[in-house]
Amino acid sequence: MVRIDFNRLRFLVIDDNAHMRRILRTLLHGFGTREVYEAEDGAAGLEAFTHYSPDIVITDWAMPIFDGLELTQMIRQPGANANPYVPIIMLTGHSEKKRVIAARDTGVTEFLAKPISAKALYHRILNIVANPRPFIKTATYFGPDRRRNVPSNYVGPERRKGGKAEVIHVQPLLAKAGIPS
Amino acid sequence: MATENGIELDLEAIARAEAALAALSEEFTDWMKEDCDRLDAARLRVHQKGLASEARDELFRAAHDIKGQAATFGYPLAAEAADSLCRLLLNAADPARIPLVLIDQHVYGVRAIVRENAREEDNAIARALVQSLRRLTDDFLAHEAPPPPEQTDPVAGPPLAPKP
Repeated sequence: MVRIDFNRLRFLVIDDNAHMRRILRTLLHGFGTREVYEAEDGAAGLEAFTHYSPDIVITDWAMPIFDGLELTQMIRQPGANANPYVPIIMLTGHSEKKRVIAARDTGVTEFLAKPISAKALYHRILNIVANPRPFIKTATYFGPDRRRNVPSNYVGPERRKGGKAEVIHVQPLLAKAGIPS
Repeated sequence: MATENGIELDLEAIARAEAALAALSEEFTDWMKEDCDRLDAARLRVHQKGLASEARDELFRAAHDIKGQAATFGYPLAAEAADSLCRLLLNAADPARIPLVLIDQHVYGVRAIVRENAREEDNAIARALVQSLRRLTDDFLAHEAPPPPEQTDPVAGPPLAPKP
């Protein structure tokens, strides 16, 4: 049986609250990560994203300058930066369904509602590493496939919006996380 | 042992992270007080600049942070009181019309829960305070809700045009 080698993964934590950044850093170090970079708002987060090329981004939603949703929109711009496919975990006190859907439709990979726990954070990271989803590019969406489970017996009309969908298979984090493929 | 696509759920790593968080928890009371000070400073700025200014966003972010992390810091009822303030700021049809006294009551409530060290979720006084704040928010939002669109009745009567 294999485990994620957190020592190989580089994280970027973006939160305007210094206490929450410290908590996230503590949890990630506890998992075994060494490289954790921090930024305190969306603008600094985008700069740190470009500078450090993290493997996984963890961002808050409510932040000054521009928020976590706007940050996600800026990262999910094909061709605009080195890695528009980076997995993004939205960590937020917003837990309403419409917020979860808005985050998903912006291209967030995983949604994690506060209060945070070690187990919940670990599960989101495990899901990113173990169940990578292809990216979908349509006229109106660019982000991880929002269909986590595709029923094999579906025979109805295509319901995906935004015209023809391009499916992009992204380099998974398995090798980076020390998992033999 | 639980696995995900052949990858083991590393319970040791989770336990290590939980232990690290527990070691950090000595600082949580001070952090909670800092968050309360920030919330109160945002309340005062709303008094100075009004709810139509960026001061409202600052107040919302301060309340939203407490909503998200007060339970981690050991004050779950402070999180609920802050949640009521977030609902108020987020859902008011016209935030500028929110009575400042209602904002004050929420901020005082959060601070009182922390000051009195009301950490248990079944603390009767703190629970009653949270319920009271929620009721005030609900009443205001219900009162402030925009009126439903005007209903019109279909025109009744026989057609006047001759039958073809």
